[in-house]
Amino acid sequence: MGLLNKLDDPYEGGGIVLGKIEDLLNWGRSKSDWYLHFGLACCAIEFMAMNASHFDFMRFGTIPRASPRQADFIMVTGTVTFKMADRIKILYEQMSEPKYVISVGSCSNCGGPYWEHGYHVLKGVDRIIPVDVYIPGCPPRPEAFQEGMMLLQEKISHQAIFNKRKKLEAELEK
Amino acid sequence: MSEKKRLDLEYSQLESDRMRINVGPQHPSTHGVLRLEVEIEGEIVTEVVPHLGYLHRSFEKHCEKMTYPQIIPYIDRIDYIAAMNNEWPYVMAMEKLMGIQIPEKVEFIRVIMAELNRIANHQIAVATFGLDAGAFTPFLFFFRDREYIIWILEKMSGARLLYNYFRIGGLAGDVYPGFKEDCLNIVKQVRKTNAEVMDLLIYNRIFIQRTANVGILPADVAINYACSGPVLRGSGVKYDLRKDETYSIYNRFDFDIPVGTGEVGTLGDCWDRNMVRVNEMEQSCRIIEQAIAQMPDEGDVQSAIPKRIKPPVGEVYMRAENPKGDLGFYIVSNGTDKPERVKARGTSFVNLSVIPEISKGYMFADLILILGSIDIVLGEVDR
Amino acid sequence: MLANEIFEQLKAEFGEAVIEYNDKQPADSYVVVSANGLFEICHRLRDKDDFLFDYLMSLSGMDLGENVGVVYHLYSMKHKHKLVLKVAVPKSDPKVPTVETIWRTADWHEREAFDLIGVHFEGHHNLIRILCPYDWEGHPLCKDYETPEFYHGMKVSY
Repeated sequence: MGLLNKLDDPYEGGGIVLGKIEDLLNWGRSKSDWYLHFGLACCAIEFMAMNASHFDFMRFGTIPRASPRQADFIMVTGTVTFKMADRIKILYEQMSEPKYVISVGSCSNCGGPYWEHGYHVLKGVDRIIPVDVYIPGCPPRPEAFQEGMMLLQEKISHQAIFNKRKKLEAELEK
Repeated sequence: MSEKKRLDLEYSQLESDRMRINVGPQHPSTHGVLRLEVEIEGEIVTEVVPHLGYLHRSFEKHCEKMTYPQIIPYIDRIDYIAAMNNEWPYVMAMEKLMGIQIPEKVEFIRVIMAELNRIANHQIAVATFGLDAGAFTPFLFFFRDREYIIWILEKMSGARLLYNYFRIGGLAGDVYPGFKEDCLNIVKQVRKTNAEVMDLLIYNRIFIQRTANVGILPADVAINYACSGPVLRGSGVKYDLRKDETYSIYNRFDFDIPVGTGEVGTLGDCWDRNMVRVNEMEQSCRIIEQAIAQMPDEGDVQSAIPKRIKPPVGEVYMRAENPKGDLGFYIVSNGTDKPERVKARGTSFVNLSVIPEISKGYMFADLILILGSIDIVLGEVDR
Repeated sequence: MLANEIFEQLKAEFGEAVIEYNDKQPADSYVVVSANGLFEICHRLRDKDDFLFDYLMSLSGMDLGENVGVVYHLYSMKHKHKLVLKVAVPKSDPKVPTVETIWRTADWHEREAFDLIGVHFEGHHNLIRILCPYDWEGHPLCKDYETPEFYHGMKVSY
């Protein structure tokens, strides 16, 4: 909550907040992520439990969308097979920037228990689309989903929107 | 010409083209990664072609490469909603092949675990079926209760969803102190919620209008398609392996087999299949209560586990009543510690094959309900 | 009815098409039949009043080295008896008559056996791959199957 910390009112009574517009935008972006739920296998059941009564995923400001065009990030929950891999690529390409990917569970991280003999299993969804957050577990506990979501929020809130190229160049020069 | 007649005439002259549309593989209502190629004429479904394999995880190849105890975790991942029930036919088949007598306490714990997991499975099935019909609240109720069941299973096995708890000849661990009280509390809670859901969902007028007389599956068609579980029982066939081919210690318990009655519609419609699941939860509660009362306190659950698992050359086909139907394992042993071939007869795979037959002629929105009433899990369809 | 009685009756009716009865195993006994007579035998097994095998529990393909086999597990809802039927054909010409017109459930089972083992079911109305993608090469459950290196530009092995 980088923005609210600045609210201790340095200019008395003025109601003025000094801060970067980037922080404001990032704060807004990170607290209302809509996701494309891509339930594939076992992890999707755990994700259903995560969405239901005890854990309440929506308090992170997330809303499940059925269309990739309305989604900010995609949650790949389960084993990605070769038959499915082409579809994931298409769905990811349909999403509008900025877009993020959370890979849930061992299978979509690295192939999981199917890494050796799974002739029809893609060994990690990061071979076809870039992944921002990996959540380990087979399947992960709902608490792990929560931490993964918080990590993604943290990543978004530290991102540069303006002068992105300049900043990147400055970093490269270092 | 009256206004109505004029409109009728105009509509009758409109040409309606047949249209082929795709449902899935990424679709919230297909219960996983199923793809249905649907041909519709207006709103009426004329043809359904399911395309499977989007979750084909090469289970049978893994079985040939793994030793017998190593296969059990992969079996969990076949039907990940009812993993305890899945392991059972496999370990029973292995015990039959190797001639292992298992202690009585193990049987009791297996029955209780399987019935708890059956309740959890039916809770998901009824909850998501309600969700398909547009009812969100029962989903929250059932998932609240399911979490309590999951906690017991977690305390027993260490995992929330995929347990790896059954062993060939025994179990991974004994019960924890306070297990019996926990189970009895669950039974109370399940009954309370079911009574609530009866009013809220099952006998709700809107729900009945959406599900009664939809997706009618006659009994002879169901048998010819080898359907099993609530899908077959919903058509009025009293067929339950726990009674018909009694395994383990199910002959010691007093319970009924709920079948479809056509109470609000036609026999074998979506409502009947769903109702069978709700009634089965009650029967599972009865079995759990009786098993808790009869369960011996003393006994080692690991005493019969063999040191080396190397069955003789031979083959066995064993099936057990899963929440979704009968799951069978055909195991061929070649005398080594790895099987020659393991074939899993996926219940959902077989039950799903009836979809093209029973969904013709209904509205497109009903197709989703028919699919929900079959209660498939794609891990079992594709394996 | 026990499996050996069923075997005797089948043997009397179909002669050489019913090859042998095996009960030497620790678990299930089975009847081996030839591929030529399979369809008629299955038809008789379903319709004759003494048998009434109206429920096909499972149909599995098997790689037996030089041969490929198909195993049928039958069950009767009325008489509550079971039967295991086996048929083996050479791998060079793996043709087995389809039974999908007898038990509709065999449709998908046969497609699966074709997909994973490569058994060709003659007379099947739609014998295409069911689990693997339609452009997949090879039959993965064969013992001599080698995993391809790439599929659509994606690396298959770890």
